[in-house]
Amino acid sequence: MSAAPFQRPGAEAIAAKGWLAAHKWLILRRSSQIGILLLFLVGPWFGIWIVKGNLNFSYTLNFLPLTDPYVILQSLLARQVPEKLALTGVLIVLLLYLLVGGRSYCSWVCPVNLLTDFAYWLRVRLGLKGSAHIGRPTRYWMLGMTLVIALATGSIAWEMVNPVSMMHRGLIFGLGLAWAVLLAVFLFDLFVMRHGWCGHLCPVGAFYSLIGKFSLARIKLPARDACNDCMDCFAVCPEPQVIRPALKAIGGTPPLILEANCTNCGRCIDVCSKDVFAFGTRFNTPVVTVTGAPQAASK
Amino acid sequence: MDNENTPSAAARRQFLADTARMACGVGLLGLGVGLYARHAKALPPAAIRPPGALPETDFSAACIRCGMCVRDCPYNILHLAKPEEPMSTGTPYFVARQLPCEMCEDIPCVKACPTGALDHSLKDINKSKMGLAVLVDHETCLNFLGLRCDICYRVCPVIDKAITLDPQTNARTGKHTLFIPVVHSEHCTGCGKCEKACPTEVASIKVFPLYMAKGQLSSHYRLGWVEKEKAGGSLVAPDVEHQYNMPEGMKYESGKGLSPSTPPDAPPGTAPGSTSGLPKAFQGGKL
Repeated sequence: MSAAPFQRPGAEAIAAKGWLAAHKWLILRRSSQIGILLLFLVGPWFGIWIVKGNLNFSYTLNFLPLTDPYVILQSLLARQVPEKLALTGVLIVLLLYLLVGGRSYCSWVCPVNLLTDFAYWLRVRLGLKGSAHIGRPTRYWMLGMTLVIALATGSIAWEMVNPVSMMHRGLIFGLGLAWAVLLAVFLFDLFVMRHGWCGHLCPVGAFYSLIGKFSLARIKLPARDACNDCMDCFAVCPEPQVIRPALKAIGGTPPLILEANCTNCGRCIDVCSKDVFAFGTRFNTPVVTVTGAPQAASK
Repeated sequence: MDNENTPSAAARRQFLADTARMACGVGLLGLGVGLYARHAKALPPAAIRPPGALPETDFSAACIRCGMCVRDCPYNILHLAKPEEPMSTGTPYFVARQLPCEMCEDIPCVKACPTGALDHSLKDINKSKMGLAVLVDHETCLNFLGLRCDICYRVCPVIDKAITLDPQTNARTGKHTLFIPVVHSEHCTGCGKCEKACPTEVASIKVFPLYMAKGQLSSHYRLGWVEKEKAGGSLVAPDVEHQYNMPEGMKYESGKGLSPSTPPDAPPGTAPGSTSGLPKAFQGGKL
């Protein structure tokens, strides 16, 4: 292993490509998250109404409706059919995430990601090692649970406690005691479980990952043979289990991450000094030697 | 039993244990959230939903907590419930005593609602039923005390229909009239202007969600006078004329009260000089 054990992930990439290129997607992603939040906030703050509403439903320039399909699914299970405007918004959002990747919502839009990424950054900085273990599929149980309680109570029950909408709505319409819920999520991720909320529990992310099963934009690995096993991509990836099959060609997996839980954050592209990763689509699988190319020879 | 220790059996047992753990943990959480959600279905008395809001059980299923109604309310009366408030988090409400509904004719909040949680079939704001005003305190209402406050009556947007002033005798003075504000649920929209304007320290007239404010007669009840009007006459025909038992020689006429009756021929034996057939007691004479 070439990297010193205490070296921060991405150091090699910074040395090879320069700081800016090694943070390109991170900067773009933070700009997207904060920019989207600001679009919602310039209305209540400065009276400039570009976007009204919140992530559950928003109306841009009195023209573009965007609706969270997950909240509408709960509403339907609670036996209420929304008006056409909300349904139009659902279609647009579904199409959008079918293009850009389901869990792109998590890494490029959702405000809670800022919070949990900060918790993870601090966790690494403080050298906190321990992490409670529950399986990543727990999020699908959570998703199922939220749908069952919608059906059983005849109300959108999950919205009463959903930290995702609580944070976004709170920032725009007034937080109240929602800060306590958000602090709980932050502390949970910091001290109890690594990538705890977004990576294991959040049913919103679980729902969007289902869209991600079919979505177009994907991370491809056109240069996976160049991998020098520095492990930086595993260190920065919020869902590291999605990388291994494509990177190591396990079971003949093509060099394309088709796993639904890849959030398309692009951080692996940033931190790879060998430019193994790139954005692509699920169809343009780069042709590489599948027949047992000796990878260790790259050094 | 002999395959209990094979790797696949161990993996299977691990898988089942993990699955059970996830299911139980998540199930417990779901139970908690579900109970909490049921609990929040009873709207607190001070929280009034915007015009056109579906009944609370449907509303909590249809409202996606987007806040579009809050944004399109030109008077900024609506809030989204914060997590610590005793109703579904993120749902819209207003507090009449702070800012009542101004009853815009074009009802922008309803138009803004993307799901129909605020019913788009509501076109006439005067037909909305946000709640119902109730004169809750007869001891502090100034009109009940005999003053001519009348503010709730004056500010009512559906004046003379939703609130009327019904005259009653002021039993305390014996000679004045009380003008009692009476709310008529048929016309009251629950806008809350009366509650906002009520001058007593704590409002004597308040708007409550309909389920709290409105009573209901048992379905078998019939109101005799209504039935009589419907049928065009008494149903216990014929109406029996009431018989009065008057003091001797007296008659009763409505308005005049008691007066001596003058029979066509004075009975024999009345004392000469007496001008009427009144009993002695009524003639000032000693018995």
